[in-house]
Amino acid sequence: MNITLRVWRQQNADTPGAMQTYQVADVSPDMSFLEMLDVLNEQLTLAGDDPIAFDSDCREGICGMCGLVINGLAHGPNELVTTCQLHMRSFSDGDVIDVEPWRAQPFSVIKDLVVDRSSFDRIIQAGGFISAPTGTAPDAHAAPVPKADADAAFDAATCIGCGACVAACPNGSASLFVAAKITHLGLLPQGQPERDSRALDMLAQHDEEGFGGCTQIGECTAACPKGIQLDLISRMQRDVLGALSHRR
Amino acid sequence: MAISGLVLVGYLVAHMYGNLKVFAGQEAFDEYAHHLRELGEPMLPYEGALWLIRIVLLAAIGVHIFSAVTLWRRSRAATGGKGSQRYASSKAPRGSQRSYASFTMRWGGVVIILFVIYHLMHFTWNTIAPGGASDSPYERVVNGFEIWWVVLSYTIALLAVGFHLRHGVWAALASLGANTSQRRRRNLNILATLVALVIMVGFLLPPFGIFFGLVG
Ligand code: HEM
Ligand code: SF4
Ligand code: FES
Repeated sequence: MNITLRVWRQQNADTPGAMQTYQVADVSPDMSFLEMLDVLNEQLTLAGDDPIAFDSDCREGICGMCGLVINGLAHGPNELVTTCQLHMRSFSDGDVIDVEPWRAQPFSVIKDLVVDRSSFDRIIQAGGFISAPTGTAPDAHAAPVPKADADAAFDAATCIGCGACVAACPNGSASLFVAAKITHLGLLPQGQPERDSRALDMLAQHDEEGFGGCTQIGECTAACPKGIQLDLISRMQRDVLGALSHRR
Repeated sequence: MAISGLVLVGYLVAHMYGNLKVFAGQEAFDEYAHHLRELGEPMLPYEGALWLIRIVLLAAIGVHIFSAVTLWRRSRAATGGKGSQRYASSKAPRGSQRSYASFTMRWGGVVIILFVIYHLMHFTWNTIAPGGASDSPYERVVNGFEIWWVVLSYTIALLAVGFHLRHGVWAALASLGANTSQRRRRNLNILATLVALVIMVGFLLPPFGIFFGLVG
């Protein structure tokens, strides 16, 4: 297939960027979106041009590095996939595809399609530690966990911190990410001692970083490659309201 | 945002009930308006209960607008002032699933507050009297709604209220923690749609009833 790409090019956070058009010929439908970009970068390098900077690591949908806004949608048109797991067969010969970085004030552009997501690391740090013994693995039955809770905690823990929820949110809110992180510990016995402070501190850091507030629009859940659901945000609000009422 | 909004929805339900009394005739409607002012007497002074309601309403409106402006400013700061229009691509102008109601909340809210001022000028302060002034609230309402552009302005305002409630009721309940599962998400959305429809239709019955001569 032959594809026309319009790609956001930006030297660094301080210089303005713009969309630039490139042609990529002979794209195999079995290539992933990132492999197609690799092909384009080889062309650019051979021609002596600056290759397009984009992030990736695992290329199997588990690390959360590869976020791109494709045709205006975070991680592209398909549900429940990261950009690295999106294949060119999802497009047609002759398509014009727009490729842009995540956009939110706390995610500043480092170069081209690469953004700085260290705000997410600071939110995780604000959550603090959990009071669990480390060292040798505890007996599996030392802390009983109801099956339903364990399943729900696992579902929440599949969040890979990619940031698509922020990129898709009309308010630039990271509530879905924070809610997933608060939930996966809050549902387990090991997460109980710090449950209140974790909810308050992570949300405070979220606001501090400059993310917007949630207005329950739900674009985040449509973009999330891991299917994190909107009810986790309600759960976070309950934890926050509970923590506020326990505060003396 | 959520609590003040739900207080205002509560007021709307009561107000809608009062309005529907136009169908019971002049006496019932005027008696109701008069009774509102005597509510709680002699424990409360004349118009005492009405002023209590007004104070709660003013407080709720104040909190609602303050939280809305705060959210709006945070959202603008987080998205460079462009919200969902911040991408250069024009291929997904409506995102993937967001509703018309959800992205008209802010400007819709502005339309509603402007309507409320116009509405108070009409029925509470009596600064304007389309169709003719009168001492009887019933006659003021009937005179007003015999004019096509008054009916039109109320229709537009109530469409705005309907959309506002369609997303607002759902969002308020979810933000207060009521969205506990995917099934709940669907049911809360159905509930919000019902509330919005009942309030919209309930408020629109008197203007249309009067305009088409079914009242008085
Ligand atoms: C067909 C629709 C409506 C009719 C016929 C109507 C009629 C009236 C009347 C007659 C009054 C004066 C009551 C009195 O002083 O005894 C009033 C007051 C008021 N209305 Fe409406 N109304 C309508 C819709 C609305 C809507 C949609 C809203 C809000 C979004 C609203 C908000 C108010 C407020 C805030 C007051 C002032 C209450 C006070 O005196 O403190 N109304 N309305
Ligand atoms: S909630 Fe989903 S979209 Fe948001 S960071 Fe986690 S995996 Fe990515
Ligand atoms: S590169 Fe790791 S999730 Fe895509």
